[in-house]
Amino acid sequence: MTDRKIATYICGGCGLGDRLDLNQLEEIARIENKSDIVRTHDFLCNSEGVSQIRKDIDDEQVTHVVIAACSRRAKTGAFAFDDIAFTRANLREGVIWVRPDSEDMRETTQDMADDYLRMAGAEIQYMQQPEVDRSEDSNKKILVVGGGMSGMTAAVEAARAGYRILLVEKRGRLGGTAASLWKRTPTREPFSDPEDTGAGELIALVEREPNIETFLNSAISRTSGAPGRFSVDISRESGGTRTENVGAIVQASGFTRFDAGILSEYSYPASADVVDQHELEELARSAGGGRIKRPSDGKEVASVVFIQCAGQRSEKEGHLPYCSGFCCNASIKQAMYFKDCDPGIDTNIIYTDLRTPGNGEDFYRSAQRKGVTFTKGSVDAVSPESDQLNVSFTDLILDEQTAVNVDLVVLATGQVPNSGVSIELEDAAEESDRNAKTPDADQTAEVPVDSILNLTYRQGPDLPHLRNGFSDSHFICFPYETRRTGIYACGPVRRPMDIAQAIDDATGAALKAIQAVENAALGRGAHPRSGDLSFPRYRKEGCTQCKRCTVECPFGAIDEDEQRYPLFNEARCRRCGTCMGACPVRVISFDNYSIDTVGQQLKAVDMPDEFDEKPRILILACENDAYPALDMAAHQRREYNQFVRVVPIRCLGSVNAVWVTDALNAGYDGVMLMGCKKGDDYQCHFVKGSDMAHDRMGKINDSLQQLQLETERVETYEIEITDVDRVVELINDYSRKINEIGMNPFKGF
Amino acid sequence: MNDNNTAMIDKYRNSFLREVEDNVEQGEWVKMCMQCGVCSGSCPFGPHWEHPPQELFMMIRAGKRDAVLGTESMWMCTSCYNCVVRCPREIPITHIMHGLANYAHRLGLAPKVNPTRRFAKIFWDNISKNGRVNETSLSIKLYFMDGYSAGVKRAVEMANTGLGMFRTKRLNPLALISYKGIENPKQLQSMLKKAREIEGRRKGYPG
Amino acid sequence: MSKYKYSFYPGCSSERKASASNYMVSVGSMCKKLDIELNEIPDWNCCGASIGYAEGGELPRHVMNARNIALSEKHNRGQDIVASCAACWLGTKETSDRLSASEQLLADTKDVLEEAGLNVDLKNETPIRHMVEALIEDVGYEELEAPVTRPLDNIKFAGYVGCQTNRPFGIDGESYENPMYLDKMVETVGGEAVTDYEKKVTCCGGALAFSEPEKSQEQIKDIVESAYDQGADMIVTPCPVCQLNVEIYQEHINRKFGTKFSMPVTYYSQLLTVSYGGSAREAGLDGNIIKARKLEEIASK
Repeated sequence: MTDRKIATYICGGCGLGDRLDLNQLEEIARIENKSDIVRTHDFLCNSEGVSQIRKDIDDEQVTHVVIAACSRRAKTGAFAFDDIAFTRANLREGVIWVRPDSEDMRETTQDMADDYLRMAGAEIQYMQQPEVDRSEDSNKKILVVGGGMSGMTAAVEAARAGYRILLVEKRGRLGGTAASLWKRTPTREPFSDPEDTGAGELIALVEREPNIETFLNSAISRTSGAPGRFSVDISRESGGTRTENVGAIVQASGFTRFDAGILSEYSYPASADVVDQHELEELARSAGGGRIKRPSDGKEVASVVFIQCAGQRSEKEGHLPYCSGFCCNASIKQAMYFKDCDPGIDTNIIYTDLRTPGNGEDFYRSAQRKGVTFTKGSVDAVSPESDQLNVSFTDLILDEQTAVNVDLVVLATGQVPNSGVSIELEDAAEESDRNAKTPDADQTAEVPVDSILNLTYRQGPDLPHLRNGFSDSHFICFPYETRRTGIYACGPVRRPMDIAQAIDDATGAALKAIQAVENAALGRGAHPRSGDLSFPRYRKEGCTQCKRCTVECPFGAIDEDEQRYPLFNEARCRRCGTCMGACPVRVISFDNYSIDTVGQQLKAVDMPDEFDEKPRILILACENDAYPALDMAAHQRREYNQFVRVVPIRCLGSVNAVWVTDALNAGYDGVMLMGCKKGDDYQCHFVKGSDMAHDRMGKINDSLQQLQLETERVETYEIEITDVDRVVELINDYSRKINEIGMNPFKGF
Repeated sequence: MNDNNTAMIDKYRNSFLREVEDNVEQGEWVKMCMQCGVCSGSCPFGPHWEHPPQELFMMIRAGKRDAVLGTESMWMCTSCYNCVVRCPREIPITHIMHGLANYAHRLGLAPKVNPTRRFAKIFWDNISKNGRVNETSLSIKLYFMDGYSAGVKRAVEMANTGLGMFRTKRLNPLALISYKGIENPKQLQSMLKKAREIEGRRKGYPG
Repeated sequence: MSKYKYSFYPGCSSERKASASNYMVSVGSMCKKLDIELNEIPDWNCCGASIGYAEGGELPRHVMNARNIALSEKHNRGQDIVASCAACWLGTKETSDRLSASEQLLADTKDVLEEAGLNVDLKNETPIRHMVEALIEDVGYEELEAPVTRPLDNIKFAGYVGCQTNRPFGIDGESYENPMYLDKMVETVGGEAVTDYEKKVTCCGGALAFSEPEKSQEQIKDIVESAYDQGADMIVTPCPVCQLNVEIYQEHINRKFGTKFSMPVTYYSQLLTVSYGGSAREAGLDGNIIKARKLEEIASK
């Protein structure tokens, strides 16, 4: 490019000037990095320093900037230039703060700084500022799927913020499960009595809200597109489909009742007087605050037992392995239906562990005050005895087998997510179909599930699931983010929860949907690289149509066109670079992040020869957790080995194997790959990136062995952001290990 | 059978929890236990309880009247109040234990041989007599609680201790013969009698 | 006029020739130095102690304590009741709280007092306090330090707080698990408080030392052993029952377990008295069966 003009700014502040030879750095910038302008400033992040940079950009037509100062995570407010390509050489956290200030270390400290400046110089040569792609026709309407408490809340919240809402409900009425309850657990001080469900009020709000258009008896029969330009078909049960364009989607498809039919040991459904919590709500509603009558003969219930964890928290076939969270409070509430009517009614809640989230502890106390009996025990069987039910159980406090006879038994069963089709199960089914010579009925016994969204994405029709069929979302760090950009899950489809939690959840998801439509309109990336303007491009002539990128993208952003080439949906892309890491022919790149921006950096490092006794270790560190952990170690002035060179990367998933082989060819003695925690309890900000990288690097071992290199020369680590001590120990241990196994035999070739 | 006991059985029939709520000091708190067991783990004599407090609470709810009132467990309470300050539900456990012991004792169901029960009686009789503790007569009564020969044996065991106390002027042998106490012990005794009557009436003890 | 004035409830064990008579002697000396006037409640009676519950029941117990409160309100009007014994403090305060909480209990109690011909008007408005509360909250550490003429240099004390001076009411808002007031008092008079005395708030068995001696002696053994482990020269305590149990049973424990315990057990009031220049006799040190030699040495200077 002819109009490329590079400027390098070297900061002498924070002790950099005392610890480093700035003249030498200037020389590297000028001669090796070929900077057109090189300036040194003793306090670069102050307004004078920053305005000098600004002035050069404006007056000298500088297009590419290298700032050699602190970590790229520091002073981001001062060093913010969105009209040029720029990068930073980390001389403070990366060099002087992690090395001792002593005469004998001066040389290796300077070596580090020199290399980081060279690396930044190499990177900037291959970077371009991404062009802004403002999408004029971006749509800001929001589709909410599900008309229960979660869906209605999301709709009302977003509508009140000024967004048009399409609310789609498959049933003939709004209100979901909540509308079929008699009362709900309390939400207000003193949290002592059941409360009105609030469903009626919310339905009225939805109906009054001019920004909301409601579709009853309707489902989504097709969803295509990307944030800002989704196209959805809304089909009515009675026939007829309407196609709508929306900018984002909130999926609040809720849960279905666990089928208690398999709990025959509790005489369900054999005895009419054994009911689940939903059925009890119906009984309570027909009693209308009066005495609840048992279903078999209409006798007024004088004694009732609640069995907690019925078919839940159990590894038995067909049971739910998890705790549904709401059911203890629900049983407490239902016990009060009886006690509030007549304190003389015996109500006994048999539990193994009572879990009362939210303000449930006050509610629990209130029930104890009202005389509800709580028995720590596990129920073995419920069987009819004369005209009652005999509940036999083990009392876990008194450690004895005992029994009571009661009129009614209520089973506290759990929530099953209504999350549509699981791509993992589908893949597995396909796999087994392919493998099985004769189709085995048992293996494909899965009940066919209706899709919720019917996505036309290459990677399946619904949001991917995480565990137990719940939609994938990180439950602490980014709860509403799913693996489909612009589609946000909330309520019990995401994890089991009660009404209060679902309302909170829906409010959060509504906000995320609003962010998504606004970001999409500006052509900007969503979480976690929100605001990023880059997106992947590929060189079609080099592509072998291997489909790895389309398969491995954690977000389903890449479809395939008719000729089976990848079809990138920029707005669905989270800019992690997993596609780039996957590509065997290295044709995928971003303007500001590519095979070259990293590959040239690691080649720019000055490689001492074998006899210098200066090994080189390359660290590719994920910018989300590992790199911040290293920065924090620097803030605490923890020392780590002077022979490492750290390159921040977007995600371990973006690491292309070529970087590793290039590094070994270039003479590095070891490569450490640092990504986030993977697996079901992942902390990977791109969900699957770290998983993917670990798999890929497992395969690198074979290549190493073919090259007669020790497999220890490439190691992959999971680093959490809090691993400040550990990351330093790992580096230092690894450096010792490299010392033991000796220098890379390829050095100097 | 003790008249009080018969009366209570008649009155409460199936609901031991209600009986405890009505008659045992701070008994209305029993239902508030959440079975965490912190009380049991905090008790200095914990290992010596047949049924630790949280288990007693569960037994009360399960209607195990004879087992609760007949156990020696609550007689193991040293009144250290550790359970009270640690109970997450702020249940006055020490007082409930005292109350259960007292109730069992009034109903004649407490274990006859339990040394703490007998000591407690000797102690109360001692203070009722003069209005103040006569330590000397209390100790002697205690030693001879199990009869003359056992008493002599214990007295011999404690001889050195007694001598030490005597030498340091912390024991007055003459108090065996004459101990003054308060000005008008008779008045105090009539107060205590009256108080016991009112309490008995409130709880519905016959007679 | 004295600087501080209290209605004083000494309790049975503090009587002459009773088990804590030496505690009483030292409390008297200490208060004199601090200009604290103690006006004994005339004709006070026993608080019923904790063990009184079993035979006494609720109302009789409360009546006993209410009589003392009423007598104090009659004769020492306007003065806080201060008890030097843990059980007396606990029993009286508990009664006072219960009477405040239940109108019926208060009415019944008044009836009983009246019918017995005790010419009093029970108001139950008097704060019920422990002697150490008065020292810490009213006098304050600074003023407690002022009269020190003979700092207790080179003596290490295991501050044994025990139960009832700590639970359930607490002293000066301190934690139940690790109250610091006793250690602070030790340091105020120049002594060294051991820092990791893990049996600081462990129960000595209380009244059950008499009825369940074996179980209690296991407790006491731990209490003394832990003081030795921490290098303490002596134990210091605010409670007469703790003092008695931990001192007199060491001999039995030695016989049973082959230990060689001889750990002096002192009262905080003895420490203060000696540091304020009081003699061994004024500090009641002659009442310790296991002699607190290091304190006696300072007292004889």
